[in-house]
Amino acid sequence: MNWVGRAIERFEDPALLRGEGRFTADVAIGARVVRFLRSPVAAGRITRLAPPPEMPAGALFVTAADMPEVGAIRPMLHRFSYRAVEQPVLPRDRVHFVGQPVAAIVAASAELAEDLVELATLEIADETAVADFDDALAPGAPTVHAVAPGNVVVEGFVRQEGVDAALAGAHHVETFAFRSRRQNATPLEGRGGCAGYDRATGRVRLTASTQMPHMLRTGIAELLGMPEADLQVVAPDVGGGFGQKMSLFPEYAVLVWLARRHRRDFAWIEDRNENLIASAHSRDQRHVVRAAFDAAGRILALEADILANVGAFSCYPTTCAVEPLMAFAEYPGPYKVPLYGARARGVLTHTCPMAPYRGVSRPVITFGMERLMDRAAAALGLDAAEIRRRNLVDNFPYRTATGMTLDDATYVEAMEEAVRLADIPAFRARQAAARAEGRLLGLGLSVFNERTGYGTPAFAARSMGIVPGYEVVDIAMTPQGEVEARIGASPHGQGTRTTLAQVIADRLGLAPDQVRIVHGDTDRTPYGWGTFASRNAVISGGACQAAADKLAERLKRAAAVVLQTTAEQVMLRDGHAVGPHDASIAISALAQQVHQRSDLFGEYNLAESASYDPPGTFSNACHLAVVEVDAETGGVAILRYLVVEDAGRILNPMIADGQVRGGIAQGIANALYEEIVHAPDGNILTGTLADYIPPTSAEIPAIEIHHLETISEATATGAKGLGEGGSIGAPAAVANAISDALAHLGVDIAEIPATPPRIRALIRAAEAKARA
Amino acid sequence: MSRHVVSFTVNGVPKRVELEARRTLADMLREDCGLTGTHLGCEHGVCGACTVLVDGEPVRSCLMFGVQAEGCAIRTIEGLAAPDGTLNVLQRAFRTHHGLQCGFCTPGFLMLATWLLERDERLDEAALRHAVSSNLCRCTGYQTILDAIRAAAQELDRWEDSAAGEARR
Ligand code: FES
Ligand code: FES
Repeated sequence: MNWVGRAIERFEDPALLRGEGRFTADVAIGARVVRFLRSPVAAGRITRLAPPPEMPAGALFVTAADMPEVGAIRPMLHRFSYRAVEQPVLPRDRVHFVGQPVAAIVAASAELAEDLVELATLEIADETAVADFDDALAPGAPTVHAVAPGNVVVEGFVRQEGVDAALAGAHHVETFAFRSRRQNATPLEGRGGCAGYDRATGRVRLTASTQMPHMLRTGIAELLGMPEADLQVVAPDVGGGFGQKMSLFPEYAVLVWLARRHRRDFAWIEDRNENLIASAHSRDQRHVVRAAFDAAGRILALEADILANVGAFSCYPTTCAVEPLMAFAEYPGPYKVPLYGARARGVLTHTCPMAPYRGVSRPVITFGMERLMDRAAAALGLDAAEIRRRNLVDNFPYRTATGMTLDDATYVEAMEEAVRLADIPAFRARQAAARAEGRLLGLGLSVFNERTGYGTPAFAARSMGIVPGYEVVDIAMTPQGEVEARIGASPHGQGTRTTLAQVIADRLGLAPDQVRIVHGDTDRTPYGWGTFASRNAVISGGACQAAADKLAERLKRAAAVVLQTTAEQVMLRDGHAVGPHDASIAISALAQQVHQRSDLFGEYNLAESASYDPPGTFSNACHLAVVEVDAETGGVAILRYLVVEDAGRILNPMIADGQVRGGIAQGIANALYEEIVHAPDGNILTGTLADYIPPTSAEIPAIEIHHLETISEATATGAKGLGEGGSIGAPAAVANAISDALAHLGVDIAEIPATPPRIRALIRAAEAKARA
Repeated sequence: MSRHVVSFTVNGVPKRVELEARRTLADMLREDCGLTGTHLGCEHGVCGACTVLVDGEPVRSCLMFGVQAEGCAIRTIEGLAAPDGTLNVLQRAFRTHHGLQCGFCTPGFLMLATWLLERDERLDEAALRHAVSSNLCRCTGYQTILDAIRAAAQELDRWEDSAAGEARR
């Protein structure tokens, strides 16, 4: 029986449903409470920093002056254009964004610690802040960091020969300039850590809400100049991350420093305001994208000018280049683009640093390409599906203009299926009838590919100083015959303990509940990277499969001794090792014998290790949204949302669909609701969940999901990965649908989120123009 | 800060706790009662992760003070399963319908749904959607949460078909 492909229930759920999960804040109870005094201004020089006049016994006030030996966060990118910006753990003299931690305050309770934060003195001589890239790039703008004059921290430039000629001689050139506003990934559990000191060993155990425990350990050990072996990082249950929890944050370094210095336990659990203003932001970008088309509507060349506001520092380990350079490398998406030119710049500002957020730049570039396609279709008199049909890659493998190889996929088929399911002619009739009644309906498509499961080569091509990619799995069988698999990656809600158990169970002829996946503890797992970039099913899955296969070989060799046959003749199925003539031994009995009667076998353990480091693959999808726009209020309701997606072999359909739905909800939020808003001085106006408004069930529609299954040769399990696709495709689909609903007014969405005030402003402007 | 003694029950068990007046009900449950199943997602009344039942009504425990719980009967997620850990119908439905991913919002949704399923009126689609929109989940996109609660209501014979509900109104 195959377990892969079945929607089995998750092993993670019972504890979570009983309230018995273990999150960082649960571990933190009883530790001394750390709160951070944060900068109230975006830019300035610290002129006075002092503890409260009266400090209760046991309270601590820690500033940069207390930790002279601690280094700065300085992720590297080996590119000529990259300026290596340094982020101090706590600043000595200057602050660079609102919310930057300036001092740590420790007390016996959260209430007390917060009182002390209020009573501490922080005086800052304000300096002019630049919050937006226009301000930061203006001539004479204040410089955020001296190492990056002009505030450009990283730049990419490519222009293939022929781009200019293609644009000059094209039948039609379509240009689309747009803005993607700043987002916060907003995991429901914020960041937090608890650093416990073990006096017996002198080691520190940092429990943290992180996606990358091994990386966090490496980063902190380096910053503090401590032996990495003296630090254990544990990621317990993690309440969502979506990229935000990949980075090394200064607060974690302070916790470990405190634990070592004071030989006690210290915990910091951030509040929602800290998360919204001072964790990490994303997708603050502006692009101008231009395509040359021939008379048949085929793209001849594409050029893009990409600006990304990366905030005040560079995130560790990915660096702040991850947004601008991903847009730079992946703009053409699933389309045949023979010639390509792009310029991408990461711009430093006095704002919270950028970090990856589900999809990173792909929601933005997909928005750009898909809106561009619709606009070009209108100009060329084609319908939205037809122009895509003429341009989607349909012949694989396909080498893109930026040097990537697209493996087998279903770009055209997924779109055709979505279009068929939506019955577009019938929709157009409904749309016309509705318009006659004064109701505005629109339909939007979004076709994209999602680079997933990429290993070391893809990351190395980005010239990152730290090159992630591989995953290692250590697998062992207990004398009772259960399997323990220790993985380097670390999930945050993806159900990894379940899906990977399915993969392993199939290879060993066991049931998934006989497999324990161990993760999120640097003491118990091999060095590895984490759960991000839609990689876990592919890379940890591939490593689990390889490790299980090696363990299967050991079991077969042992069984051959018992069954007096050869290993090649043994099969593992239904919990048994089966030889010729149905002679068999239970795997549990075999495991016990190998461990306890090694004299019979010549080998004495059932442990293996394997790694996997694939080149990467591309999953793909077509999203289709039907919306109704209320012209009076500017409000948008999503009437229908359907997805046709192809992520290769699906390990657990229930979990895969959950990833798609959750991603789309975040993508709809990106399209319509969520925005971090700055005042011109760099202060944040959206510091609560009542201002930064994640959607509720009233805003997110039911989502219809249809699967295609292209089994990729590029991955060991055939799975392609789909964690980010939902959030990549949705903003474009929704924006195209709104633009379709308002097309008769000449309204076109070029800024997300398309909030009611923005839509109203567009409608008002269009009406004014019509009157003039 | 002056301290106060509060007496109440949690999941049927009598408790007496001494705390500061400014301590929230959520912190009292988590830190003074050791019931960490109740989660804090915002501490300002928006996300609903901290929802518990106080005298049968759903309450955001981050917005109520512990001292206000004097004499109250409080129910939390820890009280839902049988003492041996067996999941109840609602919990099982969340598992079957994949109504949780990271599980951080789950305590709030479970307590909200517990209230929905125990009211005098039967639950219908409109009431379900209205109530569920009061909490935030960042992982699931909500559809599976609605599915789970609907399925539990059906299994408990607490579900009203919309058409029937409409006719009754
Ligand atoms: S924690 Fe109480 S509503 Fe968010
Ligand atoms: S399951 Fe993660 S917030 Fe709801």
